[in-house]
Amino acid sequence: MIALSDYLILSSIVFCIGLAGIFINRTNIIMLLMCVELILAAVNTNFIAFSYFSGDLAGQIFVFFILTVAAAEVAIGLAILTLMFRSRGSIDIDVTNTLKG
Amino acid sequence: MEFTSVLFYIFSFFFVTSAVMMITARNTAKAALLLILTFFSAASLWLLLEAEFLAITLILIYVGAVMVLFMFVIKMLDTDKSTLRAQFTRYLPLGIFVSIVVIAQMVLVLNAGQFDLEVIGVPERHDASYSNITAIAEQLYTVYVYPFELAAILLLIAIIAAITLVHRNQLRSKKQNISEQVNVQAKDRMRFASIKPKSSKESK
Repeated sequence: MIALSDYLILSSIVFCIGLAGIFINRTNIIMLLMCVELILAAVNTNFIAFSYFSGDLAGQIFVFFILTVAAAEVAIGLAILTLMFRSRGSIDIDVTNTLKG
Repeated sequence: MEFTSVLFYIFSFFFVTSAVMMITARNTAKAALLLILTFFSAASLWLLLEAEFLAITLILIYVGAVMVLFMFVIKMLDTDKSTLRAQFTRYLPLGIFVSIVVIAQMVLVLNAGQFDLEVIGVPERHDASYSNITAIAEQLYTVYVYPFELAAILLLIAIIAAITLVHRNQLRSKKQNISEQVNVQAKDRMRFASIKPKSSKESK
């Protein structure tokens, strides 16, 4: 039988893959957004596994809200990305050093 | 080995493999397609955990809407620049090192025994008459009704923000030009017309 720890280990592996993706693709903003989506999928799997194994629906409802917020985040992020491309002609992160941060 | 265990390992294999292929993909469009495969595997895993509503939601909203939005942006913007991949290998060792350390720590913590089968047993599967959507709806519309409405407001704000950000067509917007309004003279607005009155005899 599949235990709760198996699901937790699986979601932590996918979480770390998303983390490594942010390290690897740090110049491409679209890839960064997609890695954040990957991390969110891992976290949601974690929530649903706990919700199933403890018999509480609150975890699934929390995932519902996470999906809502993530959809809003992607919409606004891609809008900002379009604006950035329009004003600079590139979505390279190294081009966006105007603030010298 | 049970059938659901076999399914779990198959879906986990696709989940992890497509995630690894996604973060190492050279082409952004290919990465988006692999992310869709990742979402499908995640949705299958959620089905195994009896979260049917969220699994369908993940496919409908994420694959159907969000990833299509990603594909639109990838195809609209010119992402195939060579500079995007210049630092690919530079941070690869650091990324692999950090993720391996974090995975090792998490596996050590999670395998310590408090989440095992003996401690947290596998719950009974619901019978076929159980409806996941009904159970979620009962919670969502009673206990979580205010967060639900807040989520609706958040989506509305996201719509307005996204439209406001990328909107640049000023033709239809009613915008006032303050300096023009201040500098206006009386002769610009008023015109004196001299009209000869008709004599009353002629009209008769």
